[in-house]
Amino acid sequence: MAKIWVYAELSGGRPTSTTLELLTRARELGDVEAVALGPGARQAAPALGRHGAARVLVNEDPAFGEYLADPATDCLAALVPAQAPDLILFAFSADSREVAGRLAARLCTGLISNAMDVSAAGGGFVATVPYFGGAKVATYRANSRPAIVLIRPKSYEASVSGGEAEVVDVDAVIGEGSKRARIVETRTEAADRVKLEDARIVVSGGRGLGGPENFHFVQELADALGGAAGASRAIVDAGWVPYALQVGQTGKTVRPGVYIAAGISGAMQHTVGMKGSKVIVAINKDADAPILKMADLGVVGDALKILPRLIEAVKARKGS
Amino acid sequence: MKIVVTVKQVPDPNAPQALDPDNTIARDREVVLDPGDECGIEIGLQLKEAHGGEVVLVSMGPEKARDAIRKGLSMGADRGILISDPALAGADAYLTARALAAAISPESPDLVICATESYDGSTGMVPPMLAELLQVPQLTFAKHVAVADGTVTVHRQTEAGYQVVEAALPGLVTVTAGIADPRYASLKGIMAARSKEVRPLTVAELGIEQGRPTETVEGIADAEARKAGEVVEDDGSVGVEKIMAVLQAAKVL
Repeated sequence: MAKIWVYAELSGGRPTSTTLELLTRARELGDVEAVALGPGARQAAPALGRHGAARVLVNEDPAFGEYLADPATDCLAALVPAQAPDLILFAFSADSREVAGRLAARLCTGLISNAMDVSAAGGGFVATVPYFGGAKVATYRANSRPAIVLIRPKSYEASVSGGEAEVVDVDAVIGEGSKRARIVETRTEAADRVKLEDARIVVSGGRGLGGPENFHFVQELADALGGAAGASRAIVDAGWVPYALQVGQTGKTVRPGVYIAAGISGAMQHTVGMKGSKVIVAINKDADAPILKMADLGVVGDALKILPRLIEAVKARKGS
Repeated sequence: MKIVVTVKQVPDPNAPQALDPDNTIARDREVVLDPGDECGIEIGLQLKEAHGGEVVLVSMGPEKARDAIRKGLSMGADRGILISDPALAGADAYLTARALAAAISPESPDLVICATESYDGSTGMVPPMLAELLQVPQLTFAKHVAVADGTVTVHRQTEAGYQVVEAALPGLVTVTAGIADPRYASLKGIMAARSKEVRPLTVAELGIEQGRPTETVEGIADAEARKAGEVVEDDGSVGVEKIMAVLQAAKVL
């Protein structure tokens, strides 16, 4: 049976939702072990077990939480030859992808990044990767052992298998020279609103809003619907709204019940992060905008004229 | 301070994209310097202006990629290196990182600046691999970069805000696209760029073994496309009516 590793991401002693998604898939592929490094690793072990990890390899050295990438790379690079996993799954997230990249280079192997699925085939592993906003899907075969695959968040629905994990202590093996990119301080800027990736309704705005002064229409509609506001990369890059709102390849992946895209053309960067939404509504002045070709309802018109009326209509309905 | 900025020529993000018959991204159309790299160059130039030194652009790509380097030189970078070799066509992230590392290593830069990920491939894997191969720390997703007393400090963007991360130089920084507005090349800059050196390098000169690709493409298929639904032209009321109907059907009202 193949040995599958899931690199667990922890947040305050709990595994992140993407970690649980990866475990859910991993248990269909073989014998699952989670590697949990840093403070809170032991505390996270039962949840990892419930989602399919038979064993959790644990080390709580604080250096894993204090320094970027290097300590975790050292630890994994020492564990891999000894334990010989066949496949290591990482979340395609900021923290995990850095560890995965360094690890692959150190092990002189490759990896498959930005995947939306991984499966066993022909005695090895293949993974599917979206291209051009998900219009195309490439299937890659991993040629190296261990195969390393980075999976996009929300690619699977996490479910519990009810198992209990054996906790195995492992050595940290952190090189002295690896304590170098130090996290000096962590600052929170997030607003006290519905979390974008958990929202049942997402209203996103793009360049078609004309300027940052009009983004409040998007926020107001999201608030009126009890949802969250999102944004295209274009307006995040332009500095209209913070990165935390970005939906897409570089930002968040969302799968809400309803996604309303206002003034967003539908570049690949964006659509890959929202195409899993149940219902998509797009408002765009340009009748040729790609987003209209994937929307359940496309409205050709000016978002700045439609949004205020829509906010009124929603408020009137909710008030009645 | 010596700064290396990695740059890539990519298909114009604003133009439709396609694949060549060999399943690599078609580059026969409009190509531009990756917009993310323009931000990297801008940060490199700002650091040079503050601390003195040199900004060297390193790229890998077909001979045509010289145009991308030339654009960065006209913004103000000092010289360029172009790794160009048919043996590298379709290189995966690991081979790309090895080629870049082999070209950058002899330069012994204090700081390497990369974009977080390219506009076309978007795998984001070259920077961490490059940092590993150069044996330097990586400070990633920077929306702010400062250097003082041999230490680089970045504000690393996170889901909830940012982290302040620091490391002693040498190091590798990846910058987000929002970090700075890239400057426009002045006419003087464009003229000056013509006489700046762009050194070509081949696989043989770099002394790297090509090796077996770490992953192979088994196939490319059209994804299950979402079907286009109804498209209506707004006339001042039908747009809102239709959207309200959708919201009601989805039981979110």
